[in-house]
Amino acid sequence: MEFLFLTKIKKKMSGFMHAFSFTYKLFIALILLIVTFILALTFGAADLDMAKVFHAYFSHKTNESFNIFREIRLPREIGAILVGAALSVSGAIIQGLTRNPLADPGLLGLTAGANAALAVTMAFVPTASYLWLTVACFIGAAAGGLMVFGIGAVKKSLFSPVRMVLAGVAITAFLEAIAQGVALTFKISKDVSMWTAGGLVGTTWHQLQIITPIILIGLFLAVALSRQLTILSLNEEVAIAVGQKTLQIKILLLIIVIILTGCAVALVGNMAFIGLMIPHLVRPFVGTDYRFVIPISALFGASFMSLADLLGRTIHAPYETPVAAIITILGLPFFLYVVRKGGQLRS
Amino acid sequence: MMATSLLKKQRRIILLLVLLILLTGLTGLSIGSASLSYAQTLLALIGHGNPMDEFVIFDIRLPRLLITLLSGMALAASGAILQNLSRNDLADPGVIGINSGAGVAVAVYFLFAPVNHDSFTYILPIAAFIGAFITACLIYGFSYTKNAALEPVRFILVGVGFSLALSGLMIVIISSSDKQKVNFIASWLAGSIWGDGWPFILAVLPWLVVLIPFTLYKAQSLNLLSLHDTTSIGLGLPIQKERLILLAAAVGLAASSVSVTGSISFIGLMAPHLAKALVGPRSQLYIPIAVLIGGWLLMTADLIGHNIVPPDGIPAGIIVSLIGAPYFIYLFFRQKT
Repeated sequence: MEFLFLTKIKKKMSGFMHAFSFTYKLFIALILLIVTFILALTFGAADLDMAKVFHAYFSHKTNESFNIFREIRLPREIGAILVGAALSVSGAIIQGLTRNPLADPGLLGLTAGANAALAVTMAFVPTASYLWLTVACFIGAAAGGLMVFGIGAVKKSLFSPVRMVLAGVAITAFLEAIAQGVALTFKISKDVSMWTAGGLVGTTWHQLQIITPIILIGLFLAVALSRQLTILSLNEEVAIAVGQKTLQIKILLLIIVIILTGCAVALVGNMAFIGLMIPHLVRPFVGTDYRFVIPISALFGASFMSLADLLGRTIHAPYETPVAAIITILGLPFFLYVVRKGGQLRS
Repeated sequence: MMATSLLKKQRRIILLLVLLILLTGLTGLSIGSASLSYAQTLLALIGHGNPMDEFVIFDIRLPRLLITLLSGMALAASGAILQNLSRNDLADPGVIGINSGAGVAVAVYFLFAPVNHDSFTYILPIAAFIGAFITACLIYGFSYTKNAALEPVRFILVGVGFSLALSGLMIVIISSSDKQKVNFIASWLAGSIWGDGWPFILAVLPWLVVLIPFTLYKAQSLNLLSLHDTTSIGLGLPIQKERLILLAAAVGLAASSVSVTGSISFIGLMAPHLAKALVGPRSQLYIPIAVLIGGWLLMTADLIGHNIVPPDGIPAGIIVSLIGAPYFIYLFFRQKT
C-alpha cells in the first residue's frame, strides 16, 4: 500500500520534472558549469582579480595575475572540466552497457590498468613523449577493463553487478601492485606518484593540445551513440528485436569508454567514484534516457570536477590536497546509497 | 563428533606446516645482503657462531621474520572470522576496509599526537584497533538491514566503498603534513614491514596470544554463525552478541598486524581458503591450519620482496597482492551464486 503510494508520488514528480523541457535543463547545467568555472579561476592560493585579468588580456600588458591565470590556472581548470566530463560520460556509458548501477571506470579496473601501463612505460621507455604515454594509458585501460569484463563474459551466470565490482577490486589491487612494484624496482615511484596522486597539478597547454581533441571526439561520439545506448540499456533482446547490431555498438561504446578513461588518467591519474556518482546524480533530473543523461552528465561532471579541484587547492592553501582523494571521500555516500538501493538502474 | 581420521589429517598437516615454517625461516635467516651458510646460521642460533653473524641474525633478520610470521597469522585468523561471519569466501580485512581504517588512525596518531619513543610502539596497535573498530562498526551499520540480518555481499561491498574513501582520507591527511613523515606513511601504505625490531614483536604478541586462542575457543559459535540465522538462533546462539564479540576479535587481530606491517591485503583471504580446501570448513579444524599458512605466506612474501631488488626491496604487501589477486579471481570463479 505504502509502496503504491510512493510510486504514485514518484510518477507525479517525474511528470513535474518532464515539464521542464530538456533544452531548459541543458541551459541550467551550462550556466552551472560557467559559474563554477569562473569561481575556480578566481579563487586559489593567489586570489585573482578578474577585472585585472581581463584588463591585462585586452590591453596586451602582462602582470603577475595575468601570468598566473594564463600559464597555471587556465590550463588547469580546462583540464579539470575535460577530465570531469570524460569520466562522468564513461561512467554513464558503462552503467548503461553493463546494466550495472555500480559501474565506474575506477571501480572496474580501467584506471588501474592505465596507471599500471603508465608505470611500465615510464620504466622501460623513460624518454617516451606525452603522446606515447597517453597511448600507453589507452592500452592499459583497455587491458584492465578487458580483464574485468572478460571474467564477466566467461561466467555470465555468476555476474551480478555486485560481483563485477568485487572482480574489479581484485583486478585493481593486482594492477596497482604491478604499478607500485615496477615503480619501486626502477626507482621511479616519485614520477609515477606525481601522476597518480598529483591530480591536475602542472597541467600544461602542451598536454591539453593532445588530450582536448581526443576527449571532445569521444564525447561527441558518446552523444551520437546515446540513442543506441538507451536501447541497449533496456534489454539485450529488445535491442536485437529493434534491429540493433548489438555487438558492433557494444564494441564501439567500449572503445569510447577506454579512450575517455585513458585520457583522463593520462591527465590526472587514478580517480574512482566520479563516474559512478555523476550519472546517478543526473538521472533523477533527466530520467534514464541516455540521450539526456550523457550530455547532462558531461556538464555536471565538468562542474563537479572543477569544484573539487577548487576545494583541493583552497582547503589547505598554499598546499595541494589531491583532488582524487576529495572525490573518493565525497563519493562514498553515493556509493553507499546505490548499494543500499540494491542497485536499481531505472529509478 | 569429529571424525578421527580428519583430526589425524589435521595433525599431520600442522606438523608439515610447522616444518615448512622452520625451513623457510632458516633459509630466511641465511640469505640476504650478508649471506650465511646453513651451518653458520645454526651455529649462531645456538650461540656458537661468530659475533658478527649473531648480530645479523638476532638483531636484524630474526625479528623481521617473526614479525611477518606473527602478522600473517593474525591476518589469517581475522580473515577466517570475517569469512564465517559474513558467510562469504571473499571477505578479507584488507579488501573490506578494516586495514584502511586502522591505517587512518595510525596516520592521525603518528602525525598529530606527540610521539614518545618509549610508548610509541605499544600505543600504535591500540590506535590501529580504535580506527579499525570504528570502521568495522560503520561497515556493519551500513550493511545492516531490518529484514535480513547481515547480507554478506552487501557487507563486503560497503567495505570496499569504505576502503576506497578511507584511502582517500589518508591521502588528504598526508598531504597536509611535513615531508619526512609523509615518506614514512607512504611506504607504510604499500605494506612494507617497517616495525622490525624486538619491541614490535612484544607489542603485537599479547594481541595474538589472547585473540587466537579466543578464536579457537569460539570455533563452535563460528560454525553456527556461518549457517543460516534462523538455524543459529534455533540452536540457542545469541547471534547478535556473538557476532559483535567475534567482529571485535577479527578487528583486533587485523589492527595489531596492520600497526606493524602496514596494509596487507589478501593474506586473510587466501590462508583460510587454502586451509578449508585441505581439511574442510569446520572451524576447529581449519583455523589452526589457516593461521599457520597465513604466517608462512607473509613470511615468504617478505623474504621474496626483501631480496628480489637490493637494497630496498619491494614491500611485502605488493608481493602478496601479486599472488593474492589472481587467487581472488580464481575463487570468484569457483563460488556459486
